[in-house]
Amino acid sequence: MSWQIKIEDLSKMYRLGEVGTGSLVQDLNRFYHKIRGKEDPYAQIAAVNDRTKSANSDFVWALRDINFEVAPGDVLGIVGRNGAGKSTLLKVLSRITSPTTGSVKTRGRIASLLEVGTGMHPEMTARENIYLNGAILGMTKKEIQFKFDEIVDFSGCAMYIDTPLKRYSSGMRVRLGFAVAAFLEPEILVVDEVLAVGDADFQNKAIGKMKDISKNSGRTVLFVSHNMIAVKSLCTTGLLIENGTIKAQDTADNIVDLYLEKAAQELITELVPDELTYTIPEFDFVEMKILPAKPMLNDSVTVKFVLQVNEDDFEGLQIAFDLVSSKEVIIFGTGAEFRKNIENRIEVECKIPSDFLNTGSYYIDVHISTMSMRRIYSGEQMLSFEVFEDKRDNAFMGKIKGLIRPNVTWKEI
Amino acid sequence: MSNFAGIMNQELKTYNSKRALFDINFKEFWSYRDLLLLFVKRDFVSIYKQTILGPLWFFIQPLMTTIMFTIVFGSIANIKVDGSPRFLFYLAGITMWNYFSECVLKTSKTFIENADLFGKVYFPRLVMPSSIVISNLLRFGVQFSLFIIFYSYYFFTGGNVDPNLYAFLLPVLILTMAFLGLGLGLIVSSLTTKYRDLQFLMGFIIQLAMYGSAIIYPISSLKDILGEHFWLTYLNPVIYIIETFKYGFLGTGTLDLTGLAISFGFSIIILFLGVLTFNKVERAFMDTV
Repeated sequence: MSWQIKIEDLSKMYRLGEVGTGSLVQDLNRFYHKIRGKEDPYAQIAAVNDRTKSANSDFVWALRDINFEVAPGDVLGIVGRNGAGKSTLLKVLSRITSPTTGSVKTRGRIASLLEVGTGMHPEMTARENIYLNGAILGMTKKEIQFKFDEIVDFSGCAMYIDTPLKRYSSGMRVRLGFAVAAFLEPEILVVDEVLAVGDADFQNKAIGKMKDISKNSGRTVLFVSHNMIAVKSLCTTGLLIENGTIKAQDTADNIVDLYLEKAAQELITELVPDELTYTIPEFDFVEMKILPAKPMLNDSVTVKFVLQVNEDDFEGLQIAFDLVSSKEVIIFGTGAEFRKNIENRIEVECKIPSDFLNTGSYYIDVHISTMSMRRIYSGEQMLSFEVFEDKRDNAFMGKIKGLIRPNVTWKEI
Repeated sequence: MSNFAGIMNQELKTYNSKRALFDINFKEFWSYRDLLLLFVKRDFVSIYKQTILGPLWFFIQPLMTTIMFTIVFGSIANIKVDGSPRFLFYLAGITMWNYFSECVLKTSKTFIENADLFGKVYFPRLVMPSSIVISNLLRFGVQFSLFIIFYSYYFFTGGNVDPNLYAFLLPVLILTMAFLGLGLGLIVSSLTTKYRDLQFLMGFIIQLAMYGSAIIYPISSLKDILGEHFWLTYLNPVIYIIETFKYGFLGTGTLDLTGLAISFGFSIIILFLGVLTFNKVERAFMDTV
């Protein structure tokens, strides 16, 4: 079996808190306690502050027993939630930090692109920066000279090539940085979320170039992204990482599906009576639900409420909710009055139209008031859901901007 | 299977948790020589951009310091200088000392100042401090030319300067300084990843060390003070480098080749220790810095 990258029993441990780090004074104090046969003074502090956790909770495994191989020419998409260990894995692969146990074996030159334009200096001209950035990424001066015209051409900065970088807009800097990286010729390329920067035009260009690199040159690429559309279209195989371990390794399509499914499971799309143990004298929640649990862009989203009203005085209640984006912007608030039925229940649902919300995650803040508008209950982030998109007609693969994404009509006149 | 053969020709690299103490990849370091030179260029170009006086600043600092020393230690304190022109005596000391102190101070910040860069891309970390030592060498070259200008003035106007063949030891002296500065800087930068205190300490330790390194006085004046404990001067490797420089160019002072040899040996040992500690720390520093 031929491989380009082989990772064996790889683990990476990080130390939490103040143990082992800190100032010289602390270490001397620790040493002084040690020679008198006393306990580590700082370890005691840590233990008191965190009694609930076990003694070895000062350590955390960012990666645990990772084993996988990448065949030559494979484009591997690495997906996982934030904090799953994707970036740590890339850092170990790129030799930025060393593994705690295990090994990484690679064949051929490896170049990593964890950031666009690493090490560029604002006081130097674009020309000087192309050489500097190229050399930082592992190219020799000769290689850069050979490709210089192509790089300048691709970046679209030919006119300003002798202008100091500090006069460049951030968009132009990103272009320049990506242009240098695009002409790297390593056998292995490691790319982290770099496509998330820059404008739509640049993203198209960047993804096009990525496709070109991965499909036509037979290079091995490792690609980390939260952009499922990009992973699906660029990658051949996929790796799902969860809590520092490999959850699944499969084709890119299957991995993306699995990831979306898992992501949906972690959201609170349904609350049943057991979980609704709020003590409110006026009413009880019976059920709260988002339907469907994993909505796509073109699905309408239904929010369902079932309430049991306790007090006989109430003829009904006002039920309202705010729909909040993951960046805590209230997109809209809505509410209405409802009379209880014969069983003292209120059963209602609210339908948010399809092709209205953009992709991303949303929360629902619930507010219940009496008919006379006295607020009797408010619950923040009681429900959450995520709107997904897994296919698109046009070539652009980045996230389309905006809080909402209505299906507007375009036609030629 | 044609692909398979191609793969086998590619260089196999293994990266794991264990590495031998002496496992320093000089071949890899050499392959990054272009980067080293680009860092030197960056340092040199970027320092004085958008300043009115530009590279003139290279001259102003040693010149002002020398004038100050001439007034304070010369006219006011009247410290003896073995009969050399005072101005030249101090300028010689300051020019040499500047190179050493800049090397130590700048390289000692390697990990702290480049944490962002080191966190994003791999290249042999030793490239960075090495480039600092070389760019400081250029700076030294500029300041040395200032010394030569004033030196010529005193030489041709009949000042008490008497150069001899030992002036040709200059490259050896510079090399010893570079090794010593780089070595100390590497050790300190390795330690600062854990102990930030050292960063603050270094600033004034270097300042104080200047007073113990025969910059403002000749070694001969230490003989009176130290007496039979004169051997203590051998413990400061910088003293004999600077004294030999002054001896070669000014013709006054003490020539002690034993002291110089000890300094050179010392600098090699320090550099060796520095590279070892740096090499050990560079692999895990991202986790502690």
